Amino acid sequence: MSELKKEVGSVTSIYSEHVEWATNLGDKTVHAKRMPGRFRTLKYITESFWLIFFFGAYLRWNGKQALLLDVNNRQFHLFNLTILPQDIWMVSLLLLLVAMTLFAVTSVASRVFCGYFCFQTAWVDLFTWIEEKIEGNPNKRHKLDAAPWSFSKFRIKLIKHAIWMAIAIFTGISFTIWFEDAFVYWHNLLSFNLSIIESATLIAFTLGTYGLAGFMREQACLWLCPYARIQAVMADTQTILPAYDLARGEPRGKLRHAGKVVEQQGDCIDCFQCVQVCPTGVDIRDGQQLGCITCGLCLDACDSVMDKIGRPRGLIRYASLDELEGRKVHKLYQHPRTWVYIGIILIALGGIVYGLNHLGALTLRVAPERQPLFVSMSDGSIQNKYTFKVLNKTDKDLNVKISAEGGVKGQVLIDADIPQLVHHGKPASFTVFVKAPRDNLHSEVTKLQFRVENVEDPTMAAEYNTVFNGPKVNGK
Amino acid sequence: MSDNHNSAGGVPTTGHLWDDDLADFVNQPPKWWMLGLTASAIWVVVYWLMYPAVPVAINGTFFKGVGLPGSGQWTAIKELAVDQAELDAVRKPYEDKLKAMTPAAILADKELSEYVARSGKVLFSDNCAGCHGQNGVGTSQAGKFAMREQGLMAPILNDDDWLYGGKIDDIHTTISGGRQGMMTPHKDTLSAKQIDDVAKYVKAMSVEGKSAADADAAVADGKKVFAESDCTGCHGADAKGMAAMGSANLTDKVWRFDGSIEGIKQSITYGVNAGDNARVAVMPNFTAAGKLSAVEMKKLAVYVYKFGGGQKEEAAPVAAPVVDAPAAPAVP
Ligand code: SF4
Ligand code: SF4
Repeated sequence: MSELKKEVGSVTSIYSEHVEWATNLGDKTVHAKRMPGRFRTLKYITESFWLIFFFGAYLRWNGKQALLLDVNNRQFHLFNLTILPQDIWMVSLLLLLVAMTLFAVTSVASRVFCGYFCFQTAWVDLFTWIEEKIEGNPNKRHKLDAAPWSFSKFRIKLIKHAIWMAIAIFTGISFTIWFEDAFVYWHNLLSFNLSIIESATLIAFTLGTYGLAGFMREQACLWLCPYARIQAVMADTQTILPAYDLARGEPRGKLRHAGKVVEQQGDCIDCFQCVQVCPTGVDIRDGQQLGCITCGLCLDACDSVMDKIGRPRGLIRYASLDELEGRKVHKLYQHPRTWVYIGIILIALGGIVYGLNHLGALTLRVAPERQPLFVSMSDGSIQNKYTFKVLNKTDKDLNVKISAEGGVKGQVLIDADIPQLVHHGKPASFTVFVKAPRDNLHSEVTKLQFRVENVEDPTMAAEYNTVFNGPKVNGK
Repeated sequence: MSDNHNSAGGVPTTGHLWDDDLADFVNQPPKWWMLGLTASAIWVVVYWLMYPAVPVAINGTFFKGVGLPGSGQWTAIKELAVDQAELDAVRKPYEDKLKAMTPAAILADKELSEYVARSGKVLFSDNCAGCHGQNGVGTSQAGKFAMREQGLMAPILNDDDWLYGGKIDDIHTTISGGRQGMMTPHKDTLSAKQIDDVAKYVKAMSVEGKSAADADAAVADGKKVFAESDCTGCHGADAKGMAAMGSANLTDKVWRFDGSIEGIKQSITYGVNAGDNARVAVMPNFTAAGKLSAVEMKKLAVYVYKFGGGQKEEAAPVAAPVVDAPAAPAVP
């Protein structure tokens, strides 16, 4: 990497991380070593959450898909709940919740998401695991890559790419079945009957998975991922992250020199294990950097080295900058950012819980006619026209009764005595007229509340506040 | 993005200098970009051949393009026709039913009247709103000043006052047969004072109600004129108008033209559709105009009825099918 010299007038002089470009541009492939350890195990457990992604959509509930984001029909099904476009404001709260949780976790413990949960990390981990099973350890892989093409190299590579492709296709399928009935989709797929959108989604996600997890790998983190770029803003000196204890490790050097244990040296024996296990090819001993996804694998590597040379573990460990530099370490609850994040999270969560509890089985929207606002009738009374939109979120058709509260004294609802049929899952639209004696109007607009209720079950009801419009009364 | 790209060293410039030291390198555009440019140039030719874009006649007809393999010679017009046919197929069952139904029967059918109300909106906007205003608000509310200048005032359709009756069949008759308002001018038969008196009496009937106006000594002169001249002949002794001839109900609070004393006097003096200064009230005959099919006129009747002023039949609507003149296919 040192051959990339800094030269005045060249781009390299502007960017401090230019030394990593050889890796980042893909000129050099990272073949990370796999070592057992605490964080390795933890990573396997957290990554297995993605099994939900693969199999969650097959869950059935009352004969229907339990979790279905039915974008085609503009409704989400979560077990018994049906969320229609009217309730979509909750999705923005959900996004807020997710973003804030991500920020809060990052502020406390850095890129936990990147290291343990991110799909890029998880899929790359799976792909490299397969690579290792087929092509062997990192040394063998480097050699195989450099070797000239031969039948056996071709065969090995073919097997690997076939398995990668199979996983990529399964990923594409698993993504799509969240948006339509899983079994119908499989049926369509196996009978080559996919619609254009279905096929396009499948192809896009298959190629995306294959390319990102198979070839882009750490470059996705370094060059594509926006989160990698902004995480530095969320971390501060109190954030704990995988860090190399400089004071303890330096000066680094080989354990033995000319057969003798070298004295007066730091604990780091410069064995490069931490670099070799790193999935993004980072040397953590240079300090926290953009490339580090805080996966903890270098901790495992170094701990095993320390065990071997009989030194205490934790030369590389989760530590805050404050701790490493000998400043006072604050407790978590003394960390004001955390409280701000928790506050926002609670607000978002509260909103969602409120929303889910107030979904209601019926929703009512009433649009007063705007042209004309009102009509003068032959007996001098004033008539308003209202368009009702009633949404029935239950799974049965039902009849609703209409009533009004407030409004003008002596008003009559016309055509409101007949119960209106409202089909389930669909908005019903009908018109209601209200007629009121002009003399009872006291101002141009009068507040009016409409109510619809299920004929069979009056507790199932919805209200809507609107107004009764009339001509100006005494200049009002 | 490493050194070999943007380095200042080595690459020659075009040789021009601007502002003393500004020069242009002669770097090649990136390879992918050149590939894209070449591909687009080839695509232009392919596209030109595939679509009907060649403006020359071959074998007496314009070159229609070779089309995309397997897709035939696609054009937007053909696609529109296909979409339109699809829509028509969805509508056909409804349209077929409508042909054999009376407006009253359509109105009584919840699903059909909903269907009709939707296509009715488009028909109304295209054919009726010009005079009656959007949603039937009437000429004056629709702000059609030019029409008012010419004395042409189309009535409000969303109130419950109807000159020729507000039952569904009446409305249908009005649309399909047109109406011609009439009122004799009284400038020669009544004196100015008589016109003034009767105008005040008519106004009082609307404001106070008929019986109160009759008892009101202030308008007694007008009452006499009303009873003794030819007013009752058309408006009736009770002044409630006659739907058969379209004479206005003078006792209600809705005015066909202008409810001010001046306005009433003008109507009495010059009449309706009766020459100079007369008010103009013409509803075209849409059957004769040939612009609307029988089904479309039924749709409009239901749509107008539903504005809010339609009057219910006393008896249940008869659902007996009527025989229609063969109608042109409806284009809602
Ligand atoms: S694994 Fe530990 S001892 Fe080995 S080079 Fe890295 S920090 Fe030093
Ligand atoms: S430096 Fe360590 S924690 Fe960071 S990505 Fe590499 S192995 Fe993971």
